[in-house]
Amino acid sequence: MTARIVHIASNTFREAVRDRVLYNLIAFALLLSGSAILVGQISIEIERLVVINLGLTAVSLFGIVIAIFIGIGLVSKEIEKRTLYTVLSRPVRRWEFIVGKFFGLAGTLVVNTFFMAIGVFGALLYVAHKLTSSDATILIALYFIVLEFLIICALALLFSSFSTPLLSAVFAFSLFVIGSFAEDLRGFAGMAHGLTRWLATGAAYAVPNFSAFNVINLVAHGHAPSSQLILQNTLYALFYAGMALSGAVLIFERRNLK
Amino acid sequence: MPAIEILGLEKTYMVGFWRKRPKRALYPLSLKVEEGEIFGFLGPNGAGKTTTLKLLMGLVFPTAGSAKILGRDWNDPEVKAQLGFLPEQPYFYDHLTAHELLNYYGQLSGVPAKDRKRRIDEVLTRVGLTDVKGVQLRKFSKGMLQRAGIAQAILHDPKLVFFDEPMSGLDPLGRRDVRDLMEQLKHEGKTVFFSTHILSDAEALCDRVAIIYKGELRGVGAVEDLTSTVQGKIEVIWHGTQIPASLKALGAECHISGDTIRAVLAENQQDAAIDALRREHLRLIALTPLRTSLEAYFVEKLQRAETSAGTMAGKSMGGTV
Repeated sequence: MTARIVHIASNTFREAVRDRVLYNLIAFALLLSGSAILVGQISIEIERLVVINLGLTAVSLFGIVIAIFIGIGLVSKEIEKRTLYTVLSRPVRRWEFIVGKFFGLAGTLVVNTFFMAIGVFGALLYVAHKLTSSDATILIALYFIVLEFLIICALALLFSSFSTPLLSAVFAFSLFVIGSFAEDLRGFAGMAHGLTRWLATGAAYAVPNFSAFNVINLVAHGHAPSSQLILQNTLYALFYAGMALSGAVLIFERRNLK
Repeated sequence: MPAIEILGLEKTYMVGFWRKRPKRALYPLSLKVEEGEIFGFLGPNGAGKTTTLKLLMGLVFPTAGSAKILGRDWNDPEVKAQLGFLPEQPYFYDHLTAHELLNYYGQLSGVPAKDRKRRIDEVLTRVGLTDVKGVQLRKFSKGMLQRAGIAQAILHDPKLVFFDEPMSGLDPLGRRDVRDLMEQLKHEGKTVFFSTHILSDAEALCDRVAIIYKGELRGVGAVEDLTSTVQGKIEVIWHGTQIPASLKALGAECHISGDTIRAVLAENQQDAAIDALRREHLRLIALTPLRTSLEAYFVEKLQRAETSAGTMAGKSMGGTV
């Protein structure tokens, strides 16, 4: 069972890598290095702040785009191209296929993030000439970004299990945008009354709360997120991704592959 | 023990915007395929052949019915380790090379790592893809993809192989290779179940065939039995370029092809025909009872199905007036 999931995950990873996804990292690293030099020249005293903000935001956005772009096609492309037929006619269970796909995409994003993080630290080193112990907090921000990716991967898979790639992309990206303002939505729900309050509260807790994962500004100022937030975000991401993945499995288990 | 035992398998799709309109893709189908035989599943395009195969592979779920494969419940995952499947017009992960593809499928089928490389090399040789094993599948032609598809279906040495239109996309040489391969599989004791609409392939290969049309089974039996209907006529072939007048007088339908002539005439005129050839000193090549071809049987079944559908429609219309 575990072996089959690993084989499906590694094939998904290999497919993503050969799909030239990693090439955008090189472009990204070059872009970041170039902008770091520029930033170093125009923003005196706050170079570090700008580089961390710019770098981590780019890591997050690029990763989200990659997660959605690859994730939405993970299942639908396999059905459309009928590659799934030869996989599921073997002793592979449908849930193993979904879980394997998830880990394959998550692995791709972790590797992407690793290389992009090297770009961020490289740029930081270039403008600040040295790395300090407080820069280690950047790793926590990167960890939160990876947690965000896990949720997006699972959501993209969920939508991909029943919808077309285009609609899946719209759903996943919309949820990312709404989820980034989840705290505001909760605030709005608190101020509303009656049915609106119920609906807004329901929506605020149903969408993924990505705003809790955004600690870029905090670490850019040299502050470390609390260990409680780290634990809370870890559990939340695992729970949310797990739920979305379970939904994908439940749908896919019943789907006719016409 | 039958290799496949289909028990009232049925599939109805709900179509339309609200998915409320039923569309029957397969009427209750019951069928047995014995171990070690080559079984042809024949029907025109859209007859329900692929639906049946998808049901057996667990790719679509039945509305009713079940099946036993190799004596076990068809949903038993372990059964799938004993099956090979080539889908119609296969398309594979085009980022992989042929070798990588087979390695991946070998892993999923549970072929032990120590045997995998040997098996991959064996099947690549068998389907004639050894020279291109390092080439990515995106560069493969349709025929090469079909060969790769056959390779993945037999890689794990399955007991039962399902081929959906295995000859499609192949040139005459490729078709001959696939026919040879299917015969080899039979000699190895494997059961081959293949769907096709190319009747000559089925006639040449199959021990038994089933005919499906508009989702309904129309006939099943041994090819010899289905084609053994003697039409009360004989076929006489002799060496020559001229048709003797005495044979013409017997009412023979004659066809000249190069330096041989083929005549079809009533069975009771067999002796008269031989006498006529002797008198003219012509060399007899063959004299055989005229049998129904599989194609004729197939067409007749389809026409009968059409007529029956027309009659039913007529009755139904008559009832509503």
